[in-house]
Amino acid sequence: MRTVNSFIGSPVQRVEDLRFLRGRGQYIDDLVRPNQLNAAILRSSVAHGRIRSIDTKAASAIPGVQRVITAKDIGPKVPTIVIRLQPLPQLEPFQQPVIAHDKVRYVGEPLAVVLAESFAIAEDALEHIAVDIEPLPAVADRAASASNKSLLFEAHGTNLAITYDVVLGNADQAFKDAPYTRREKFRVDRHAAVPMEPRGLLAEWDAAKGKLTVNGAAKVAFFNRRILAGQIGLPEDSIDMIENDVGGGFGARGEFYPEDFLIPFAARLVGRPVKWTEDRRENLLSLQHARDAECDIEIACKADGTILGLRGHTVTDMGAYVRTNGLVGPRNMVQFMNGPYHIPNIKLQSHLQFSNKTPSGTYRGPGRYETDFFRERLFDLVARDLNLDRVEFRRRNLIAKEQMPYHCPSIAPYPQVTEYDSGDYASAFARCLKEFDWAKKAELQGKLIDGRYHGIAVGCFIEGGAAGPKETAKFVIEADGSFTLSVGSSAIGQGLETVFAQIAADALEVPLDKVRVFHGSTNLLREGFGSYHSRAVVMGGSAILSTAETLRAEMRKTAAQRFGCAASDVTIAEDRVTGPAGKSMKFAELAGLSADGEFANHHHTYAYGTHAGHVAVDARTGHVELVDYVAVEDVGRIMNPLTLKGQVIGAVVQGLGGTFLENFVYDENGQLLAGSFADYLLPTASDFPVIRSFLMEEQPSPINPLGAKGAGEGGIIPVGGVIANAVASALSSLDVQPRGLPLSPSRLWDLIQAARQHASRAAE
Amino acid sequence: MKLPSFEYAAPTTIAEAVALLAERGGEAKAIAGGQSLMPILAFRLAAPTLLVDLRKIPGLDKITIGKDGVRLGAKTRWRDIQDDARLKTAHPLLVAAISHVAHYQIRNRGTVGGSLAHADPAAEMPGIAVTCDAEITIVGKSGTRSQPAAKFLTGALSTSLKPDELITEVRLPPWPQGRRWGFEEFARRRGDFAMAGVAVFYDHDEHGRAKDPHIGVIGAASHARRIPAAEAALNGRAVDETTILAAAEAAAAGVDPSDDIHASAAYRRALVATLVERALKRAAA
Amino acid sequence: MKPAPLSSQFEVNGKPVKVTLSPRTTLADCLRHELRLTGTHIGCEHGVCGACTVIVNGEAVRSCLMLAVQAEGAKVTTVEGLSRDDDLTPLQAAFRKHGALQCGFCTPGMITTAHALLSEEPDCDAARVREVLSGNLCRCTGYIPIVEAVLEARAAYRKSKG
Repeated sequence: MRTVNSFIGSPVQRVEDLRFLRGRGQYIDDLVRPNQLNAAILRSSVAHGRIRSIDTKAASAIPGVQRVITAKDIGPKVPTIVIRLQPLPQLEPFQQPVIAHDKVRYVGEPLAVVLAESFAIAEDALEHIAVDIEPLPAVADRAASASNKSLLFEAHGTNLAITYDVVLGNADQAFKDAPYTRREKFRVDRHAAVPMEPRGLLAEWDAAKGKLTVNGAAKVAFFNRRILAGQIGLPEDSIDMIENDVGGGFGARGEFYPEDFLIPFAARLVGRPVKWTEDRRENLLSLQHARDAECDIEIACKADGTILGLRGHTVTDMGAYVRTNGLVGPRNMVQFMNGPYHIPNIKLQSHLQFSNKTPSGTYRGPGRYETDFFRERLFDLVARDLNLDRVEFRRRNLIAKEQMPYHCPSIAPYPQVTEYDSGDYASAFARCLKEFDWAKKAELQGKLIDGRYHGIAVGCFIEGGAAGPKETAKFVIEADGSFTLSVGSSAIGQGLETVFAQIAADALEVPLDKVRVFHGSTNLLREGFGSYHSRAVVMGGSAILSTAETLRAEMRKTAAQRFGCAASDVTIAEDRVTGPAGKSMKFAELAGLSADGEFANHHHTYAYGTHAGHVAVDARTGHVELVDYVAVEDVGRIMNPLTLKGQVIGAVVQGLGGTFLENFVYDENGQLLAGSFADYLLPTASDFPVIRSFLMEEQPSPINPLGAKGAGEGGIIPVGGVIANAVASALSSLDVQPRGLPLSPSRLWDLIQAARQHASRAAE
Repeated sequence: MKLPSFEYAAPTTIAEAVALLAERGGEAKAIAGGQSLMPILAFRLAAPTLLVDLRKIPGLDKITIGKDGVRLGAKTRWRDIQDDARLKTAHPLLVAAISHVAHYQIRNRGTVGGSLAHADPAAEMPGIAVTCDAEITIVGKSGTRSQPAAKFLTGALSTSLKPDELITEVRLPPWPQGRRWGFEEFARRRGDFAMAGVAVFYDHDEHGRAKDPHIGVIGAASHARRIPAAEAALNGRAVDETTILAAAEAAAAGVDPSDDIHASAAYRRALVATLVERALKRAAA
Repeated sequence: MKPAPLSSQFEVNGKPVKVTLSPRTTLADCLRHELRLTGTHIGCEHGVCGACTVIVNGEAVRSCLMLAVQAEGAKVTTVEGLSRDDDLTPLQAAFRKHGALQCGFCTPGMITTAHALLSEEPDCDAARVREVLSGNLCRCTGYIPIVEAVLEARAAYRKSKG
């Protein structure tokens, strides 16, 4: 690619901002249709039970209520939601039905849909639906699940959905011969994406045209269209899924949920547009949960700290069903537990357990946030045992640049293999230590200053990106000489319209404001693959490159015909094509010219980096202040440093939320106790004011023409491990060892008390 | 979370408001700033058939400072307290406590009367009212009555207010110059309800020892209360390290908090001791 | 029950409005659905997230915690009223420059809150900005660029005040 332009790499200010800042975004709840009905969902207030009856008579009689839909209206075979990523036939029985019909398995599971003239009336009607559920014992946590005393899927005979196996080398042999081993248990509690915009859908059925239009799509609209078409009995091209502005996704929004069937079904049933939005209480209860895993792992090392092996298992609480992407986190957790470190012998199992909780799925850095916490905590304990500097221990074990591409262990029962594409982990590590000023800060470790204990820690990570199989793009030259770019990638707030315009403008060698980007919706392209696994830049961006090349060839060919010259004599720049002898044509004269293209790829990219943190702990209140935090990441090639830095800082703060504040606490009956923003605590502006981000692009990815790597999730991945290690470092004189997240003040205080009691008993 | 249905009235006098409340026999609720009531309605935890809006009633939002202390009209907003420069000296403890209330937008609407009527166990205003022996003036269909804050608060989210009654004013006793005071609160995030909060003040006797100490706590019991045992540990003594620690220990023993999803009872108890210690150290400094 | 709709008159973004609504309609829903000013967003409906923040008589309030009828006689300003067609305001330009928004959903509430703060306190410091914005949740940015933007915008508010 020539470099006439250089928008790629520039901190271009976002075009999206022009409407968002003025309040002119078009989010799903901003849409309205004449004659629309408003939907409200009745959700189970019982975590586990058999449905005896649902009586909708009283609700239906309320003035303003048009219809109340239950499973009966859907038919004898209630559709289920397929597993989108890494499906396996043996997991099909655990797919979620679009509406509960025989059993309910979690508080929040949809039971009925009320259609009314206003949202308020629809919500009023919910209270008048009489539901009779025979309660069954709730499976409230992993231990209850594993005991199999109460089963979610009786026919399956166990609450274990599946076990994954990761094997590399010969771990048992390595442990037998190892001079040093250490075994530990760690735990991360339940938290999730919680985007600021609740979900919504607006479905319209045009009976005359046989066309179903669904607004409110996000993330993977084409895939969801395929699912819906199969469930509702319509051909795919009779359905349009339209992506509007989306208020955050983080892996959770946009996957197929029960409402993604129920609302279009309702629209078709009643022949009026149906609009639905969830409120925050429903959002916390219904948008897929994440994390909620524990591990029992063991490491083997040489005396000099060289890691010989890693073995053990993890157990993830999946919630009540296997969601579209519910397998990703538990899989990543074991397949990538080694992170950027060389571990030649690995034997890990990942157990996926059901419980009567909201079904889980991906949230930024799925499985990776948990596993980095497990691994990095173990590393600091090992370094202390072996009397090694924690920095040196890590440096010794980081995968070397010369080992790239680095073959990752495979994970049964999946046949695919993956490898780290490129990386100089030591370089990012060194950069982080320098920016953080580790040498100077190390003097503070464990010291009590002005009533607070100070501690520091460092952690390294990789983030996988660029899932295949492909992505699509299309250019059209418009009547005014501008270029319309349609992409199969989805926007969720990451600045797609701007970053893709940068890539397109560079590739076409035209001014930035000549490119307008449309995204996500199924009526733009024949197929598309969406945004997840940080794939948009690599997959969508590379599709743009190849499509731009095709378009430029078309432009030259057309101009050459009109100029009567060779295509190679035509240049494209600014606002026109130019041929020999001063002939030229403005782009507007090429209006209608178009090009379709795609980029296919089955290799993942691996961005990587290092974070370091400095905390000050008030041992009496358990409060932890984040004094300094440095995030370094090498992303292969930076598209837009302004937007990327924003992503990193946002992701770090999400990680801090999961590390200190956020927790979906359930009681023993499967009732969600943190069901509103009063109890599910998100970070605010005053909590973490100091976070410094540094971006590197020393090691481009060899697997795509941009050289880029997916980079949206790295910021969150190492946070838990770094913070917990920093707290342990601060409280090393008390030997406080955090083994679970979140680290609330109360829990930290408990650990401190227990450590003090243990110490005084030992002293006696 | 749309609100349930209700009728709405905005009377122009207290008498009118009381009559409307009395008429509905417990099915009506008064609303001022709405910062506590609106979320309750949004969660459909209450479904009054009539809201009686106090916004048109004049004269309930004055802050009067005189010989009998600081009088806060029931519609005084947190913002009004923060904006009134006189209160920095007339009642610094009140000002310090109110700076912890909620957030910027809420402080523009939330009122003193609303907070007292709602009686959240972790709210600052009930804590200050109890600690400072405030008198609450209440108007109902049987007339006007006055009640000390400690008697007014009867439990978590419950007060002695009858369905037809409105708070019209809170009077904090006069605050002498030279009084020692401290306010310490700990919440998970800025503006959250306190996991515990402590307000302390004392005067000096002729020997420089603590006289008539008041130590009040929020967030560690069903409602804000003073801790007599902690006050006794301080009373008549020089406020030094030993006394402070004794008072703190007595405070921890004198509260009986419960567990919730944010903190254990043991933690809250220890937190009360820590906050009493820190508040007293501030007061003595 | 179906109480009779109530009429209210107030001013929104400098224009008089008259609405007739059921009493239980919040100001947020009135602005969004009755007046079609959809810039004000609803993120929680229980007064925590701040996405619904509007300015009433010069003060930032949570419009989901106010009934539409309570706005009777008031001057209400929404994000639309703080915007121009031709150009971004200095506050908006500062947000854009610092990358202080990503998905944009919390942004109107940040803009109205920051405007209210800077109008009264153009010399506020970083700690004050963070304290005031702590009542507005954002899930995308991590807040640091928002605070930077508000601090930069102070200059424009100082000019107009002094």
